[in-house]
Amino acid sequence: MPQLTVGQALNQALREEMTRDDTVFIAGEGVGVSIHDNPMLPTAGLLRDFGPRRVRDTPVSEAAIAGLAVGAAEAGLKPVVEIMFNPFFTLASDMIVNHAAKLRYLSGGKSAFPLVVRIKSGAGFSAGCQHSHNLEAWTAHCPGLKVVMPATAADAKGLLKSAIRDPNPVVFFEDMMLYFAPGPVPEDEYLLPIGQADVKRPGRDVTVVTWSRMLGVAFKAAEQLAAEGIDLEIVDLRTLAPLDKETVLASVRKTGRLVVLHEATRTGGFAGEVAAVVMEEAFESLKAPLRRVTGPDIPVPASPPLERFYIPDAEQVITAVKDIM
Amino acid sequence: MAIPKDKMLEMLHSLLLSRRFEEALTELCQVEGKIPGMMILCTGQEAVGAGVCAALRPGDVIITNHRSHAHLLAKGADPKVLMAEIYGKRTGCNKGKSGTLHLALPEIGAPCTSTVVGAGPPMAVGRAFAQQYRGEPAVTVCFVGDGATGEGSFHEALNLASLWNLPVIFVCENNCYAGAQRLEEHTRIENIADRAAAYCMPGVVVDGNDAPAIYTTALDARARAAAGQGPTLIECKTYRWRGHGESDPQHYQPKEEIAAWRARCPVARMREAVLALGLISTDDLSAMETKVDALVREAIRFAEESPYPEPREALEDVYA
Ligand SMILES: Cc1ncc(C[n+]2csc(CCOP(=O)(O)OP(=O)(O)O)c2C)c(N)n1
Repeated sequence: MPQLTVGQALNQALREEMTRDDTVFIAGEGVGVSIHDNPMLPTAGLLRDFGPRRVRDTPVSEAAIAGLAVGAAEAGLKPVVEIMFNPFFTLASDMIVNHAAKLRYLSGGKSAFPLVVRIKSGAGFSAGCQHSHNLEAWTAHCPGLKVVMPATAADAKGLLKSAIRDPNPVVFFEDMMLYFAPGPVPEDEYLLPIGQADVKRPGRDVTVVTWSRMLGVAFKAAEQLAAEGIDLEIVDLRTLAPLDKETVLASVRKTGRLVVLHEATRTGGFAGEVAAVVMEEAFESLKAPLRRVTGPDIPVPASPPLERFYIPDAEQVITAVKDIM
Repeated sequence: MAIPKDKMLEMLHSLLLSRRFEEALTELCQVEGKIPGMMILCTGQEAVGAGVCAALRPGDVIITNHRSHAHLLAKGADPKVLMAEIYGKRTGCNKGKSGTLHLALPEIGAPCTSTVVGAGPPMAVGRAFAQQYRGEPAVTVCFVGDGATGEGSFHEALNLASLWNLPVIFVCENNCYAGAQRLEEHTRIENIADRAAAYCMPGVVVDGNDAPAIYTTALDARARAAAGQGPTLIECKTYRWRGHGESDPQHYQPKEEIAAWRARCPVARMREAVLALGLISTDDLSAMETKVDALVREAIRFAEESPYPEPREALEDVYA
């Protein structure tokens, strides 16, 4: 299987879907001509290869970008629009939250909005809290949206292709720190169903439910704990909405212990939802209280030592695991 | 009306300082691991901050954006605390929370800096509203790029400022680019100042590399604002010499275009103007340059010698 980075895998997914379906088009800030000029980025080369009809650089106008997607989707096009950094989702949010998510319902099921909003996310590049702020829990809180947040190159490809073909609006979070992370990626028609979690590491003692870039942190913790004879099972959620309860519950029923790990802040974070589902449906399987490992309840600071303090690390996962062993 | 000598020299000093400050940053960015995060410079655009801020009085407020160094230095920011913040040090003006993108110094009348494009204008409306509400004689300036005028927030803010006659001056620093987009790729409007007509406020175009012309224009707008005659939109036409950020290879900016604008250097023009008017001797000018150089060196030394914040300091300065 060819090795691709997450950025290249996303690029391949976009290319394949654009080639397959003329109704797919791309819009956003810098999706055509970019200040980065980097072949590893998801939209690299698309303007050159698909032309300005299909690849649209927009003004700095997030509300219009998201609205473009909503209107065009209703007309049967398949917009894939990009929000440059996660915090700017707030500017697009009226169109996504009040419109993409609700207009199908408001129409009594007559209209459909098959659009994808790609949101570049994550911390780790010292730009501070107006560039780094993971808001996936906000979007998962909105009925009518599917929310996808992949961690590996193969998942990124398979899920983006499915997102583009999905008849629902899909919010697709891409952690920018993963863009350069390589992994094996199946060629051609590789589609992964949205709404399926994946057991990335089977284990016996403690379930770690995580997603996106924190998958790597979970693996690091698992390696260190394995040396001490503690066997983690790692469940990569991949999709937050719809939530794959079955995979999470099956794992917790097996291990009896749960840690939920995400980079986003704690209060109101999606770990709370995972925890609630487990408490409601697998309480009797738990041998110990569950633990959350998350970013602290602060905006992401810019200075490197402060930012490192913000981002959850393997040490914190290990502490949480040992706490409940 | 001739501009007073002290104002001319103030602008000259501010131009020299901003330029030197950013030239130093360009060099520091070459050193791996020294400057964290993105580095967004306004090299070539310094006349805007220098000219506008020279027209302001104590108590006036500026709200700036991601490309803020010249604005802040012209408003009187201490280069040491700016540099330390850019380095991510504890002694920085925002204790390392901000870094270069949202340098805020409420203590000198520069609060609410935002790197979210188009966020400044609505906050400027609020800041100016407070000045009007309290009957203060002060005004608020809001700096935005040309790209920011594509955001809805810009238009909502201009409309409200106009409707309520708020003492605010919107200064659009048109540097010909928004990211990789040329002006004509993001708007049909040739002059951003024309947008003012939609909100019944004066829209003025000024040479953005001519600090004295900007000063005079800002002085008029300030007088209007302070007299309760409402907001003005000033468009300063200038050019971004560097990439959007220091990692931008500028592949979309024609070399000849950069060269042509470098020939219109706002710092060189100011230097020549004061010399031609006999406002400064060549010796005093060199002395000023030496002093500016020392200020920047001192800022770098201060930043390098300052400690990083302790990791747990991340938890401070947030409510709840
Ligand atoms: C709401 C929002 N969208 C996108 C960005 C990313 N971004 C940062 S600066 C910039 C270009 C802004 O252009 P302009 O307003 O002309 O200012 P300039 O950078 O030229 O000074 C963009 C798109 C942002 N910071 N905020």
